[in-house]
Amino acid sequence: MIGVLLRRELALAWGRGGGAALAVGFLACASVMLPLSLGPEPARLARVSGGVAWVVLALASLLSLERMFERDFEDGALDLLCLGPLPLEIVATVKCLAQWMVVGAPLALATPIAAIALGAKPQAAPLLALAAALGGLAFAFLGGAGAALALASRRGGLLIALIVLPLLTPPVIFGGAAIENFQTGLPWITPLAMLAAYALAAAALTPFAMAAACRNALS
Amino acid sequence: MRIEDICLARGERRLLSGFTETVRTGEAVALTGPNGAGKTTLLRAVAGLIRPESGAVRFDGADGAIEADDARRFGCHLLGHQDGLKSGRSAGEELDFQVRWTGGTAEAAHAAARRLGLVRLLGLPVRALSAGQRRRLALARLAASPRSLWLLDEPLAPLDSAHRALAGELMVEHLARGGLILAAVHDPLPIAAREVRLAGAA
Repeated sequence: MIGVLLRRELALAWGRGGGAALAVGFLACASVMLPLSLGPEPARLARVSGGVAWVVLALASLLSLERMFERDFEDGALDLLCLGPLPLEIVATVKCLAQWMVVGAPLALATPIAAIALGAKPQAAPLLALAAALGGLAFAFLGGAGAALALASRRGGLLIALIVLPLLTPPVIFGGAAIENFQTGLPWITPLAMLAAYALAAAALTPFAMAAACRNALS
Repeated sequence: MRIEDICLARGERRLLSGFTETVRTGEAVALTGPNGAGKTTLLRAVAGLIRPESGAVRFDGADGAIEADDARRFGCHLLGHQDGLKSGRSAGEELDFQVRWTGGTAEAAHAAARRLGLVRLLGLPVRALSAGQRRRLALARLAASPRSLWLLDEPLAPLDSAHRALAGELMVEHLARGGLILAAVHDPLPIAAREVRLAGAA
């Protein structure tokens, strides 16, 4: 049954707001604009590349969140999902996993390219991809919680950004620190482990918030 | 299924108070009443989507009471004003998902689509379907996945007369299998049904 739901959610996430192409395109554009504003000296860009890639990644992850629950709410599919065999908490989890696979995974592949183009060490690429994948997991679940909370409010998209961005701060700090430490030869396992812990905590806790927010929006 | 002493409110407005009703196996109940009397709200409360101010809905199976949550997740179809069909996906994909999500099989979905004359439409995106065609797609879900309680909100409104008759046939078959129907209607149902009138609160 989870497979039936996951297939649908993947198809919907793929079609939603441009899906992966839009997020990766945004990441590429933002990474290209950055040297224009910071100045082109390679040393300075290399210094900030890891941190900047993380901020851009967080913003790119926000793009297609708005429609995650809203479409289902507007067209009545949320009623149907409530009356299905799986609890709403699981439904919300599957939605977030689909969002992660469709948007988070391509972004995780694109992030090392953007960071290296800005001057990060090529050896950091696997770590960048891993950290971006973990961060993307946290972004998908926290973003889902924001999207569910913003249901039934007009212009919910703006609200989502305000709800979610503060919650995205810890993964940006941990992820940025892991990259920074790796490049300067300091231990990078600890920030990466913190990032993983944050992502898993988000995946474990937010489904309850999403389910409660959906029920609340329906009644 | 029993609705016990239920009180419903939307916002500050009380719609129903102390409403009690029983729907038995093989029985169809038609809820009538003026706009805003609380028909849709009552159906959604039975489906568990709206929490009543007080009172409860109880479900009994062949051997004793069933947990309300289980009854709703495995035994209840809601056909509302909105059909939950995604406009960007094809009618076939959406029907297949809805039927399998509610416990039916792909074969049953196809058989129901044939019955409702939808086969030629399955390849089209949902946005290309008319309101009546979308409603037939929703009825195909009800026909294809075996759930005993049908909660119908104006089920026939967008249908033409031939398909109203067909929907009536589906309902008769459903009742004959021991199903239950609770429908909110303005026009009478095309089947024998007990009418319950909601007066609407002052």
